[in-house]
Amino acid sequence: MNTDAKPATEPVKEPDAPQDRDAEAKSRSLLRDITSGDALAGVLAVLLAVFVGSVMIAATDEAVRETASYITARPSDFVTALWESISGAYSAMFRGAVFNYNLTEPAQQWRPLTETLKFAGPLIAGGLGVGLAFRAGLFNIGGRGQMLMAGAAGGWVGYQLDLPMIIHLPLAILVGMAAGAIWGGIAGLLKARTGAHEVIVTIMLNYVAYYLLFYALSRQFLLQAPGSANPKSLPMKDTAILPKVLGDQFNLHLGFVLALVAVAVAWWLLNRSTLGYRIRAVGENPHAARASGIDVGRTYTVVMMIAGSLLGLAGINQVLGTVTSGISLDLDASIGFDAITVALLGRSRPLGILAAGMLFGALKAGGFTMQTSENISVDLVLVVQSLIVLFLAAPPLVRAIFRLPAQEAK
Amino acid sequence: MSTATVPPAAESGGLAPDPVVTPTRSAGTKKLPIILGVMTAFLAAIMLGSAHSGETTFQLSAETDFVTLPDITVPSMVTGWVMALVCAALAAEAVRRMLAHVRQPAWLPIAFAVAWMVGFLSWAAADDRIRLVSLLGGAVALAIPLVFGALGGVLGERAGVVNIAIEGQLLFGAFAAAITASLTGSPWPGLLAAMVAGALIALVLGLFAITYFVDQVIVGVVLNVLVIGLTNFLFRQVLTPNADTLNSPDRLRAVPIPVLGDIPLIGPILFRQTPLVYVLYAVVVLVTYALYRTRWGLRVRAVGEHPKAADTVGIKVNRTRYNTILLAGAIAGLGGAYFSLVSVAGFNREMTGGAGFIALAAVIFGKWDPIRATLAALLFGFASNLQGVLSAIGSNVPSQFMLMLPYLVTIFAVAGLVGRSRPPAADGIPYRKQ
Repeated sequence: MNTDAKPATEPVKEPDAPQDRDAEAKSRSLLRDITSGDALAGVLAVLLAVFVGSVMIAATDEAVRETASYITARPSDFVTALWESISGAYSAMFRGAVFNYNLTEPAQQWRPLTETLKFAGPLIAGGLGVGLAFRAGLFNIGGRGQMLMAGAAGGWVGYQLDLPMIIHLPLAILVGMAAGAIWGGIAGLLKARTGAHEVIVTIMLNYVAYYLLFYALSRQFLLQAPGSANPKSLPMKDTAILPKVLGDQFNLHLGFVLALVAVAVAWWLLNRSTLGYRIRAVGENPHAARASGIDVGRTYTVVMMIAGSLLGLAGINQVLGTVTSGISLDLDASIGFDAITVALLGRSRPLGILAAGMLFGALKAGGFTMQTSENISVDLVLVVQSLIVLFLAAPPLVRAIFRLPAQEAK
Repeated sequence: MSTATVPPAAESGGLAPDPVVTPTRSAGTKKLPIILGVMTAFLAAIMLGSAHSGETTFQLSAETDFVTLPDITVPSMVTGWVMALVCAALAAEAVRRMLAHVRQPAWLPIAFAVAWMVGFLSWAAADDRIRLVSLLGGAVALAIPLVFGALGGVLGERAGVVNIAIEGQLLFGAFAAAITASLTGSPWPGLLAAMVAGALIALVLGLFAITYFVDQVIVGVVLNVLVIGLTNFLFRQVLTPNADTLNSPDRLRAVPIPVLGDIPLIGPILFRQTPLVYVLYAVVVLVTYALYRTRWGLRVRAVGEHPKAADTVGIKVNRTRYNTILLAGAIAGLGGAYFSLVSVAGFNREMTGGAGFIALAAVIFGKWDPIRATLAALLFGFASNLQGVLSAIGSNVPSQFMLMLPYLVTIFAVAGLVGRSRPPAADGIPYRKQ
């Protein structure tokens, strides 16, 4: 929080930054402010967030605090401890996310990279769901609910039905995505028909979905495993599990490939299709879109259904791929919220979301290694992620912190 | 509405319903009879669905009370059906008034709610007893963070700043309260620290949303994630290893108010609570008074409804917004102290569990009015305590549906099915001085 408090005083003496932007900023939406900030500010935002993360690591490190107490006597001790804690954390992250140089066998050395891709899959799919809605000017905070409904519906198909794999797996995926589409579509439909704001509706639908699933998972005649007292369903049948892509020694499953397909489809949808044109037109200016004959309400409903199905894909990815031991209440693994930061970092563009999803997947995979080997809480990743997005959203702030003149950075 | 005052593109940030796609609708006179009818049918359906035998006891006072009221024991099903008939009669009255185009009086839904609740409770607690004091008193206690959070939300949104980060303010308040109370050995500095923590989150919100025009909803959502990450990180790295010194605060204990606490029924419910509740009463009154009866409140509302006009008459829009959200943040943060100083002693990971979003729901269900938002928060507190009481006596009412209630009614509220919720006109739209 220290670093957040510091710039609070600075904007006062930075009157030229907003003024400079004022002329051109008049007509552009705030969401687009994020989607079109300049690259330098983006890089600096990431650096700044990593710096804050480093401060947090160092400040909570036992050795650093010990040496800090006699820093004037022997500053070298302090510097060494500081370096060890921070470099230890980030090299553990690297070992967990990309390449483990402590191992000898090549396949095992590269295993962390496959873990990164495994974590990136649902983040990419979910990020696309949030990003697509952004492009239509809608803020989909309902990722959690959409994932839960999709996981429940697809998971039910996955453990209940007896079918050959060639039918079973696609059916489970489609049913799950359909459930996500319905849950997302409710928010779009309510917005179109009654003007109810999608932010409120999707937040509330998250909790409605949670308690619906809770209810279903605590009733034997619904989703709860027979004879069990835990809120958990039966495990998935083998015919419904997303197959491992690189053989059984790696956890990477087909979910990542599906996410890549989703990126391609979303790119085509946004940039090459009539619907995509409508989505972008509505997002740029709903009044103008309506005047030119686009059914704004219908576009809202459709885009929320597509967004819901993409988050549904993320939910399916969890239930049929990552945790196949049964539907549970935490199947969303907070991906529904991470997807928002992925979409913001990826500037709501499919390829940007792909990159952002990989980065956050790497942070997640690396974070777990950091927690086990350096005993630094994986929650640090959440802080760094959210700081990146915050700084990225306010390029003038980042320039102010680095004392860059606003004009030069343009 | 807002179309004339702001560039159209800026509307994407506001929480106001989009006028483009809002169809004109007739006045909602049909809603009340429909709701009452559905509720009556629901009550009849659950009693038909599973008939209970036996008697239900309503216990009106605890054994230790100064004045003890006698218990009331009634036959469960008979009472249930009588109340269902009363409900049906009230619903019929609402239909008659609708057809005669007469205004629906305020007592009608209230009488309906009481009759419905008595009928429901005597069905749900058959062969058991309902302790009214603990049912209602517990509801007040559970509503503490919701009311504080909702008041913070109302203040901020009245000034035109949407606060999705109430959850983060509650959580950070709980965190700061636990540490400070542990270090100082007294819960009181903890309350102060909770206010500072909530205001700090508000400051960050203001920095991004007011000074840098970042979309307020985005800032709020990201701030929630940030606070969850920060408190989880510090909880694991710092609080858990040093739990004795940093995370073992004294709990705030209930302090009965003399005389008032001895009033039958009302006393134990309202005046034998923790000091935080008495602070809450004062804050509700002060916020309501300040918002509607002072010059400051007029300015806050002006800034939230029409910032340009406010600017024209010399009100400093962004400074007013900053001051208001700092105050709002302090109030919301104080509510966070409930979790770590009243509910349990000590902080735990993500211990607010979505209460900030229920508070947000109360803001909207309460139509951005402090008193109504307080009542909405109390209603949500009641729903959640009723759920606890019923599952404690082993009732087979599915608790999940009662926990779902606040979220569900909020969706109905914003969709205009239950009254129309209209936010302040400039809610969520940053002000750029031209």
